[in-house]
Amino acid sequence: LVLISILGLHCEYFTRTHVNYEIKGDVAVIRMNDPSVNTLSVQMQREMTEVMDEVWGNSAVQSVVLISSKPGSFIAGADLNMIQACTTAEEVTLLSQEGQKMFEKIEKSPKPIVAAINGSCLGGGFEFAIACQYRIATKSKKTVLGCPEVMLGLLPGAGGTQRLPKMLGLPSAFDVVLTGRSIRPDKAKKMGLVHQLVDTLGPGLKSPEERTIEYLEEVAVEAARGLAKKQIPLTKEKGLMQKIQDYVMSYPFVRQQIYNTVQKKVMKQTKGLYPAPLKIIECVKAGLEQGPTAGYLAESQNFGKLAMTPESKALIGLYHGQVTCKKNRFGTPEKEVKALAVLGAGLMGAGIAQVSVDKGIHTILKDTTLEGLSRGEQQVYKGLNDKTKKKSITTFERDSFLSNLTGQLDYNGFNKADMVIEAVFEDLSIKHKVLKEVEAVIPPHCIFATNTSALPIKDIAAVSKRPEKVIGMHYFSPVDKMQLLEIITTDKTSKDTTASAVAVGLKQGKVIIVVGDGPGFYTTRCLAPMLAEAVRVLQEGVDPKKLDSLTTGFGFPVGAATLADEVGIDVAAHVAEDLGKAFGSRFGGGNIEFLKSMVDKGFKGRKSGKGCYIYQPGLKRRDVNTEALEILESYKLTPNAAISSDSDIQYRLVSRFVNEAVLCLQEGILANPVEGDIGAVFGLGFPPCLGGPFRFVDSFGADKLVEKMRKFEEVFGNQFTPCQLLLDHAKDPSKKFHK
Amino acid sequence: MIRASKKEKCTFHFHNTTVNIFVGLFLSVVFSNHTAKSKKTLAKPGVKNIVLVDGVRTPFLQSGTIYADLMPHDLARAALQGLLNRTGLPKDAVDYIVYGTVIQEVKTSNVAREAALGAGFSDKTPAHTVTMACISSNQAMTTAVGLIAAGQCDAVVAGGVEFMSDVPIRHSRRMRKTMLSLNKAKTLGARLSLLGSIRLAHLAPELPAVAEFSTAETMGHSADRLAAAFGVSRLEQDEFALRSHTLAKKAQDSGLLSDVISFKVPGKDIVSKDNGIRPSTMEQMAKLKPAFIKPHGTVTAANSSFLTDGASAVLIMSEEKALAMGYKPKAYLRDFVYVSQDPKDQLLLGPTYATPKVLEKSGLTLNDIDVFEFHEAFAGQIMANLKAMESDWFAQTYMGRKTKVGAPPMEKFNSWGGSLSLGHPFAATGCRLVTTVAHRLQKEGGQYGLVAACAAGGQGHAMVIEAYPQ
Repeated sequence: LVLISILGLHCEYFTRTHVNYEIKGDVAVIRMNDPSVNTLSVQMQREMTEVMDEVWGNSAVQSVVLISSKPGSFIAGADLNMIQACTTAEEVTLLSQEGQKMFEKIEKSPKPIVAAINGSCLGGGFEFAIACQYRIATKSKKTVLGCPEVMLGLLPGAGGTQRLPKMLGLPSAFDVVLTGRSIRPDKAKKMGLVHQLVDTLGPGLKSPEERTIEYLEEVAVEAARGLAKKQIPLTKEKGLMQKIQDYVMSYPFVRQQIYNTVQKKVMKQTKGLYPAPLKIIECVKAGLEQGPTAGYLAESQNFGKLAMTPESKALIGLYHGQVTCKKNRFGTPEKEVKALAVLGAGLMGAGIAQVSVDKGIHTILKDTTLEGLSRGEQQVYKGLNDKTKKKSITTFERDSFLSNLTGQLDYNGFNKADMVIEAVFEDLSIKHKVLKEVEAVIPPHCIFATNTSALPIKDIAAVSKRPEKVIGMHYFSPVDKMQLLEIITTDKTSKDTTASAVAVGLKQGKVIIVVGDGPGFYTTRCLAPMLAEAVRVLQEGVDPKKLDSLTTGFGFPVGAATLADEVGIDVAAHVAEDLGKAFGSRFGGGNIEFLKSMVDKGFKGRKSGKGCYIYQPGLKRRDVNTEALEILESYKLTPNAAISSDSDIQYRLVSRFVNEAVLCLQEGILANPVEGDIGAVFGLGFPPCLGGPFRFVDSFGADKLVEKMRKFEEVFGNQFTPCQLLLDHAKDPSKKFHK
Repeated sequence: MIRASKKEKCTFHFHNTTVNIFVGLFLSVVFSNHTAKSKKTLAKPGVKNIVLVDGVRTPFLQSGTIYADLMPHDLARAALQGLLNRTGLPKDAVDYIVYGTVIQEVKTSNVAREAALGAGFSDKTPAHTVTMACISSNQAMTTAVGLIAAGQCDAVVAGGVEFMSDVPIRHSRRMRKTMLSLNKAKTLGARLSLLGSIRLAHLAPELPAVAEFSTAETMGHSADRLAAAFGVSRLEQDEFALRSHTLAKKAQDSGLLSDVISFKVPGKDIVSKDNGIRPSTMEQMAKLKPAFIKPHGTVTAANSSFLTDGASAVLIMSEEKALAMGYKPKAYLRDFVYVSQDPKDQLLLGPTYATPKVLEKSGLTLNDIDVFEFHEAFAGQIMANLKAMESDWFAQTYMGRKTKVGAPPMEKFNSWGGSLSLGHPFAATGCRLVTTVAHRLQKEGGQYGLVAACAAGGQGHAMVIEAYPQ
């Protein structure tokens, strides 16, 4: 009999590929090991159900430990493909209900279940963990908990909206579910999301990762035994604050007050463009006010509804796009860049240095003046020091990162550089001078990258002796915050140079698009016509604040007037002039002279303290710069009432952006629509709920967009002429940029 | 562990009932002392022989006990005077004094000089203080060796002192800043406004911690993680701690700890014994809760070294000078190394790295060593080091070696107790280890001894000591 049962076990062991278990005395240790990444896929759920049934049925087992065999993840979340494969809301609702049922059984398990968490415990994985009776997490940097569903336009659909308010109280639960933020282990412990923390281990008799998981399992098994023997209590004595909070929350009108406040906050932040947060509030409310049955039903139904929204599809598209743009499609470069030199210690240069030194790249930061260099080094120091204040790095790590930075005024050490990134003033003759100086001192393999937002790379490379080593790396300001890096290749740039630039960017933590050369490349070229239109709108007498609210109301995170201030009015003028020369009247609209007058007055935007708005240090409130309005007065245009409604203004701005993006794809500046969407959203703040210009065309309809543009074209001419590719899509509705 | 202690028992009590089983072991132990060594001596042609003439220490007392009202230099003074008494050394025969200390008393930052003056050494003898965490007095000794080897000195006193009964507790940085500005304030108004700026929070004091500056992790926490990394169980740690206390008690009772001098503490009685040796039972030790990692850690107060007050001193000379002065040296101080590694995950693995390095340097193998004295910071740390030394995987992955170092045989290891039981006044431990090796070699008739220790900062040290021919 024993033999048979052993054989039986063996059989099952071999048929199951994602979940297996081992019985250690009276504790069943269930190990999840998806051949790729642990996600709550159909397969994983099926095997988990089987295993759980066996464990529950086994009278020798008193308690259970749930652990992942993958070093970097507990369960990364639900399987997105599983949701995307559904065609109706009802199908998705059904998926959600299956998850709910499974976790309900886990929650009601007569044998205590300990979730032993190492690595990412997100989304469905997090919901699984909070259904368990006890949670132990490692302090690993890779360990994060949270429900990021809201960022994908979804909600935690397997009980998350129901369990979290009970565990954390209403305010914290809303915070966790609505922001979707990742919670580090120490914070999770403080919040009461996990019961116990386990340190990561260093070198021992096995690899640290392997031994850490083993150690976690040992600790979890002990805890499971303690729970089964009731030596460890399942419910913690509530603190005074908790008791007070619970008491206050027991009043319906207090809860109502919270729902209202949260609702208002969400509406203010999302302008009502994102349905998920509102649905989340609805689910939480249903659960608390009408009981669990109504709550779980609301959760599963809303989950289904959300999965079918264009917003969710757009956000999931961006998620996939971001994953794609975090890969190097040019392969591994021949030589890894270990020594970097950055020319120019301005905002950009210092920012590039900052995101390099903390990745272990030895970086020379060179400037021409001691003052400039000092400012730049201070920026790097401050950037890293701010991280120590947020406790994301220690002061020791800050110091050791800074030891990778060498500030200097000469070309010393450039003979050992693997890559030079110049971030000097945007002037072709200065760039030429710098390139020649640098090429005289760098070794033959060294790559010369130029950080420019508009100058064509081939013009810069024209004076190079080795144009195959010249490439454009367009960073976005502030470099340490903005995720995008736009890499520009000329027809002479070698594939290895591109691979190397992408590798450096990825190391710096960037999301990367690689585009072809041309005035304004991709991002600046899309932005320029929109800003030109924005200036015209201002000239037509629309207040900067109104302009901002129209753009943010469309989903842009930053309003057009504020964006101009952030970019810099001088830069905008410069770019508008350059691109105007290159593309002619199509880039017209607002009067460049207005921008120039602003610059002449010193209104260069945020950096100069005045632009469209007045910026005062320490003051969050911004007033419109009345002097700028006075300048506008002299450039006043009369609006055409037929195309000046709020909606018209929004589409005038957006359609020029989108048309230019499509034209970039048509001309081959863009390699594919995915990079176009990622570049627009991550670099320029194109509304994430629309998923980028290409997804917007797909969901809005190319024909409808063309129709709007034709109306504007009648008044403004070729600035609104749809490009051929857009027309093709308008003619044939089956044509989509994203399949 | 139990097996090892039985082996020792057998070497001491020959007429054991289990004699049949252990005779073989005993013989092998005795035999190993007489096997041919890889090298007859570590003397090198053209290199000065440097000798340990003698070494002493004050009794090591738990902090906050009888020494509580002293200052660090008082303890150091006692050790230095004890050394003078023991050796009969003329006070002006010393060329130089080097002393180690870790937690500095700010009033006596060069504690070497203050103690030397107070101990009646010639005011013409220069003295300096070194610091290298728990291997500070090792550093003092090797500094002495360096001075002699370079021909600059012939007789150097080295030592170390640690006084944990009183540690510098400071005002907060903001309070200090205010107080310093107060000194410079010229007008009454300026002073008043500075005083007015003091907030309650400024009054919170800054306490020193036995924690790494670079990682902010306390040493006990790191030791617990290290023990877990090597899979050292709580039981193993408690057993080792019990072994340390048992052996120390036996050594104390048998009068083997002859390096301890008696010290008349002002206002108190004469102290002549270490007071931290307390053999307990496994059951009692098992009751303790973990001290650092809660609730599942394995390092407890019982299997860690305790906060200790104490001082030690040794007299190091060139062999010629020692002989000329009529001394019979106890041992030669031979090759030594310092190592360092990752202060986070390998904080306490110094002995593992230092042992093979010093053996290679001296051309000896582990089998050549008759006496091992390792600093016992935590039982878990010692066990982790022993496991690391026994692991080919560790040697290959982290040490760049083809094979493991091998762990010292337990019957040769810390057989008179160690830091866990005798106490661990940080900077005084090194001299105790070296003096103990010399004494054990004399007593047990061995030729080579090895000292190894870990230290904060992820550093480590090892030294080979050769018995002086009797």
